[in-house]
Amino acid sequence: MLQEVKEEMPLQEKKDIIICNNINKWFGKLHVLKNVSLTVKQGEVVVILGPSGSGKSTFIRTINGLEEIQKGEIYVDGINLSHDVADVEAIRKETGMVFQSFNLFPHMTILKNITLAPMWVRKWPKAKAEEIALNLLERVGIHDQAHKYPGQLSGGQQQRVAIARALAMQPKIMLFDEPTSALDPEMIKEVLDVMKELAKSGMTMLVVTHEMGFAREVADRIVFFDNGEIIETGTPTELFDNPKHERTKLFLSQIL
Amino acid sequence: MQTENKINPQMEMAPPAANIGVRGWLKENLFSSWINTLVTIIFATIIYFIVKGILTWIIYSADWQVVSSNFRLFFVGQYPLEQLWRIWLSLTIVTLLFGFTAGIWKGTVWKLTIFLSIVFLLITLLPFIPLSAKLWLVINIISLYLGYFFINKLPKNKVITVVGWFLSFPIILILINGFNLLAPVSTNLWGGLLLTILIAVVAIVVSFPLGVLLALGRISKLPVIRWFSIAYIELIRGIPLITVLFMAQLMVPLFLSEGIEINNVIRVMIGATMFSAAYVAENVRGGLQSINRGQFEAAKALGLNSVYTMAFIILPQALRAVIPAIVGQFIAMFKDTSLVAIVGLIDLLGIAKTIVANPDFLGKQMEVFLFIALIYWIFSYSMSFASRKLEESLGVGERY
Ligand SMILES: Nc1ncnc2c1ncn2[C@@H]1O[C@H](COP(=O)(O)OP(=O)(O)OP(=O)(O)O)[C@@H](O)[C@H]1O
Ligand SMILES: [Mg+2]
Repeated sequence: MLQEVKEEMPLQEKKDIIICNNINKWFGKLHVLKNVSLTVKQGEVVVILGPSGSGKSTFIRTINGLEEIQKGEIYVDGINLSHDVADVEAIRKETGMVFQSFNLFPHMTILKNITLAPMWVRKWPKAKAEEIALNLLERVGIHDQAHKYPGQLSGGQQQRVAIARALAMQPKIMLFDEPTSALDPEMIKEVLDVMKELAKSGMTMLVVTHEMGFAREVADRIVFFDNGEIIETGTPTELFDNPKHERTKLFLSQIL
Repeated sequence: MQTENKINPQMEMAPPAANIGVRGWLKENLFSSWINTLVTIIFATIIYFIVKGILTWIIYSADWQVVSSNFRLFFVGQYPLEQLWRIWLSLTIVTLLFGFTAGIWKGTVWKLTIFLSIVFLLITLLPFIPLSAKLWLVINIISLYLGYFFINKLPKNKVITVVGWFLSFPIILILINGFNLLAPVSTNLWGGLLLTILIAVVAIVVSFPLGVLLALGRISKLPVIRWFSIAYIELIRGIPLITVLFMAQLMVPLFLSEGIEINNVIRVMIGATMFSAAYVAENVRGGLQSINRGQFEAAKALGLNSVYTMAFIILPQALRAVIPAIVGQFIAMFKDTSLVAIVGLIDLLGIAKTIVANPDFLGKQMEVFLFIALIYWIFSYSMSFASRKLEESLGVGERY
């Protein structure tokens, strides 16, 4: 599964898998997303940058319906994300999400964490779910921990389990919200390596991160958020070496 | 002996002098300074006089005949003598299942099994116990250990045990009540510890799922369900149990159509259950609130619907976090069943009161109340012991 290497077809010819049209979101009176539009092609890796509080997390969470939008439209894999529970659940089946704080289920073993959703949502038999889970653990490099509990693992290991758990549903899209921000420096690399490998395999990825090295190396496109708006977008080279917007320049000068 | 268990050479080294044996411990903990020594002496004197007084009274002054000649009353009330085998059989079912449970899960249940068999043995050895009762007690001791040793020889032992516990509930009710299968024994003949346990078990077993539902109702998105749950919980929590029991006596009949009569005991069970459910609900709600929002989000993001999310992710963690509080609530419920004596039932406390009122046993209150206090204490303490061990084995707060 997911072994196929990214085909050499140019991105322009691939289908649009995420379409956001002028989405708007308010938290009470706070306008956190302002007419955000973004289209992501299948297999594309989009990295989202921007200062704290600019709405990156909120945006990425609207795509799998963890946050509701008040205006605009979102299509994921052709499904319109409406208020209908069935649509939301259908979209969540196709999108995996990895959180900053891992959010593993502490009362279940690693194996149970990974097989739960495939068994109950995809209705796969236990044997199949476990086989896939063990393969994924192998892929993220921790197959020997399957019967431990999350609390017995290091942060980096937990985050890799979280990635495996999301992948076990065989999603078409993976959303990452600062997956390495809660990790000690020596563990960041092991998680980024897994993400790089995933990107190479052709997964569509939306990644909020402050890891500029990763963005430069892996991203097909970088989107810069500020104050609830996308103010600049481009390839890593365009954005890092030749930023157009003042605020992008300021942000990059502070972070690089 | 030593050949098998090679002792680590370090362990053979003598401990520092102060720690040696009883004297070392005493010196370190009780006589380390002159203040400590003084406090120790004062308290030792006080404890000595209290214990001496109590023991002297228990052994020399007290007249335990009031307990021995009413022994059966304390345990089963007026339950007819010739039907007593039904109670004994029920108890045997329970001890067998208890043995099963101990065989599978060992640990605490096994300790409780040993404790239980010792209690049974001691009762058997009491001189005033009739022969038939001694026989049944021995059968129960055997059934405990039989269950313990044989359950693991059976296939699907866990399934058998769990199903057994579920089935035991209706079977025991049929045995005790008779319904139409056995000679009916009217509930006003149920009494003593039997009645106390029946009310407590029904209230505890039924109020638990009800309480969980109410707690979920209280956080439901549907306003009707939410408001009902809140109203129910806050109403019940604002009323003393005794009032709920009186209301159950008076009001349950109002909800029933003419001709149907629900007897006293069932009404009290309903009242106690309704009362307990509100408290369970509040405890469970506390557990639900303690769950990190990230757990809900991770479950949603995986596509789990709200029922699965609750059943697999949230409730297991929430309940685990509130085991101590819920068991505490159940222990309180067990003791509070004594209030049913006020609405005219003859539970353990009710029996005690009738016995004390009997002119034959004039002035024997102390003996009677001390005896039932001991019974209440044994049950309550066993529950809190079991809950503490359960907490430890589930590792509340450790694995995280
Ligand atoms: N649940 C909420 N209720 C109210 N306001 C919120 C909520 N979540 C986020 N906000 C606000 O919305 C704005 C955008 O937040 P968001 O978390 O999307 O920012 P971010 O770009 O992810 O920042 P960071 O880099 O710090 O994670 C912030 O001003 C934040 O305070
Ligand atoms: Mg964020």
